[in-house]
Amino acid sequence: MKYRPLMLLMVAAFALPSLLFLPGCKPHNPVTAVEGDAAQKVYVAPGKYDEFYNIVSGGFNGQVAVYGIPSGRLLRIIPVFAQFPENGWGFSEETKPMLNTSHGFVPWDDAHHVALSTTNGVHDGRWAFINGNNTPRIARISLKTFRTEEIIEIPNSSGNHSSPFLTENSEYAIAGTRFSYPLDDENSNPDVPISSYKQNFKGTVSFVGINPETGRMGISFQVLTPGVNFDLSRGGRGPSHDWFFFSCYNTEQANTLLEVNASQKDKDFIMALNWKKCEEYVKAGRGKKSKVRYAHNVYDEKTHTGTSTIETETIVLDPKELKDIVYFIPCPKSPHGCDVDPTGEYICGSGKLAAMIPVFSFSKIQKAIADKSFEGEFDGIPVLKYDAVLHGEVKKPGLGPLHTEFDGKGFAYTSFFVSSEIVKWNVKTLEVVDRVPTYYSIGHLSIPGGPTAKPWGKYVIAYNKITKDRYLPTGPELAQSAQLYDISGDKMKLLLDFPTTGEPHYAEAIPANLVSPNSVKIFKIEDNQHPYVTRGEKEAKVTRKGNQVHVQMTTIRSHFVPDNIEGVQMGDEVYFHVTNLEQDWDVPHGFAVKGANNAEILVMPGETCTLKWVPDRVGVVAFYCTDFCSALHQEMQGYVRVSPRGSNVPLTFSTGNKAEPTGATQ
Amino acid sequence: MTKKTTFLAVLLLFAILACTSKKEATDAAQSSPSPADIATTQPETHGVEVKAIELTHPLNQSWVAAGTKIYDLKCAACHRLTGEKLVGPGWKGVTQRREPLWIMNMITNVDMMLEKDPEAQKLLEQCLVRMPNQNVTQEDTRQLIEFMRSNDGER
Repeated sequence: MKYRPLMLLMVAAFALPSLLFLPGCKPHNPVTAVEGDAAQKVYVAPGKYDEFYNIVSGGFNGQVAVYGIPSGRLLRIIPVFAQFPENGWGFSEETKPMLNTSHGFVPWDDAHHVALSTTNGVHDGRWAFINGNNTPRIARISLKTFRTEEIIEIPNSSGNHSSPFLTENSEYAIAGTRFSYPLDDENSNPDVPISSYKQNFKGTVSFVGINPETGRMGISFQVLTPGVNFDLSRGGRGPSHDWFFFSCYNTEQANTLLEVNASQKDKDFIMALNWKKCEEYVKAGRGKKSKVRYAHNVYDEKTHTGTSTIETETIVLDPKELKDIVYFIPCPKSPHGCDVDPTGEYICGSGKLAAMIPVFSFSKIQKAIADKSFEGEFDGIPVLKYDAVLHGEVKKPGLGPLHTEFDGKGFAYTSFFVSSEIVKWNVKTLEVVDRVPTYYSIGHLSIPGGPTAKPWGKYVIAYNKITKDRYLPTGPELAQSAQLYDISGDKMKLLLDFPTTGEPHYAEAIPANLVSPNSVKIFKIEDNQHPYVTRGEKEAKVTRKGNQVHVQMTTIRSHFVPDNIEGVQMGDEVYFHVTNLEQDWDVPHGFAVKGANNAEILVMPGETCTLKWVPDRVGVVAFYCTDFCSALHQEMQGYVRVSPRGSNVPLTFSTGNKAEPTGATQ
Repeated sequence: MTKKTTFLAVLLLFAILACTSKKEATDAAQSSPSPADIATTQPETHGVEVKAIELTHPLNQSWVAAGTKIYDLKCAACHRLTGEKLVGPGWKGVTQRREPLWIMNMITNVDMMLEKDPEAQKLLEQCLVRMPNQNVTQEDTRQLIEFMRSNDGER
């Protein structure tokens, strides 16, 4: 036993170098050199709060998860692009329209990147944006209610990966196509051979305007681009405020076996786009109207109801004609991350297959454009000279660089998927100053405020792609593995492993006190403008409109009004509009009725939610509250009697004794 | 009817429950909110004990009317206007059984009352459902009390 510490040290001595120098090998039996005070640094005592909210994309689950940092505790799952059994999102009649698209109802998408709203480049704690990757969309989540308030579909797009990154003042959220596809003059995705990529395929980047007061989104304009794959993007800030930078790969324009065919060239591009100029051209009427169809879904907090509208037009700018809005910057080997430092001067591109990280200088880019320092054109777009715009290269940083965040102290932190590590380097001198292993194969990483003008620093969180042996095994499917590192000192220190849901891609972390004071606790019943709201038990009723039966029902601890309903017939559609009369924090009521194909709903205090139920057989059917609400929760139940079609049972409803008329006694 | 006379109006004394957290703009990350801040500094919750209340005669009829509406929206689900217990006790006679100040705090500061007040605790033992905070403002509660007085036959 007494030799064990020595053995551990020896293992560490062998494991670390092998991790760094054996490409493609995953470290087995990793040595997690956790220091003695790590537990103290992540321990948030019972009744205490975390310091940061970590707003984390759920990847293929289409949701957003909210964790507390430094504890790593899961605080909330926010459904966005996917139906959610926990609260009826996408199941209730009110929220079904939120998942509507030009393709109809899409119950599940792939959500990749979180972008928190900023004012003057600094977190303002108002909204979180996230992209729907598969059926291209951008969603806006309120950080007051932690609910999805708006989802806008992106037309002329396919694979909305390079999204929804924001401009400095949240003027725009961005949507860049990962999959170029055929776009002709009518932008109609015509029927052409797949092999005609080079002739017919185009990309677009869309600028989705954000109303500074309400957050409401609208597609302001789209820019047509050559057919390539846009990967990630970042807005400029400070001196580069007017610009947006997009990484692109597959400049080979391959349409098959991209793994090989899109990895041929030494350099692909970072696309620099001047969106202020674009605005001017749009204003001057230089855009072309494009006939499209896209859904725009808005959730109203007063009516507690989403509405979906199909829009039919966008404005498209063509940089082949408008020569000074788009430039390509050569960037080595299939760049993935494209990150702008807090000052707005440095842009680093992370070539997935490159053995270095190029850092570009915004002032040099401006000079090169002014000097027309071009090495040629790509599909009609000027390509700047690499050496003319390069600040410098970080030499031999690791293998497979993906993403970079900043600490506001002049350092950058880049994730390396292949060598499974975070590497810290000096943005000005480009020297590597520290590196730590991650378990295993890190994808994105997040420093609180790391993509803003004002990083809050303190921690970096690794979102790893491979979990393997980090937790107790749970069969073939595993939670994902995140890791928290302390970056307050010179050296990064591993503090904590915590499991995450879905497959996190990008995430942001924001100080708790920018969000928590605004968090809504209830919906005021007085403000409820739902068309079927029941303001008090006296208003509860059941009405028939043809074969539709509308039940306006209330809940309070612990009964429904009405709880006995008769006169429903086979062939009827029954709509339970459930209003929760509670006005206290954290007193939701649930509602479930046997055989409902939409299952259940959960109703927050002051809210009205609707469950549609089509009875499929005659008989007496029970409904009940699914959320343990009080000592008499098990008593919170009721019955609906379903009679044969044409039955003469009258439509009646009641609860207990008839409530006496109210009013002052004289 | 004469046993209740006019009380002098003393307006609210604020018991500052939460320690104010020092907020430095330059280091927002350092000053995260405390649970006490969260629980007491939002409009939807109360926590400020009411110390005095004024009753006037005759009844203010517009308050009675307003109180009726608030009753229908926020109270009727649990309280009958007769003496019959539903979820909570019936309201008949409540203004004789309880001081107006007790009623006021039971509605606007129910957590405090259930923690401290023996009569409130007795009711919880009988009803077994915590009287909820129904987000009734002090002004609205005053109108509810007028409605209760009217329900008890005052004019």
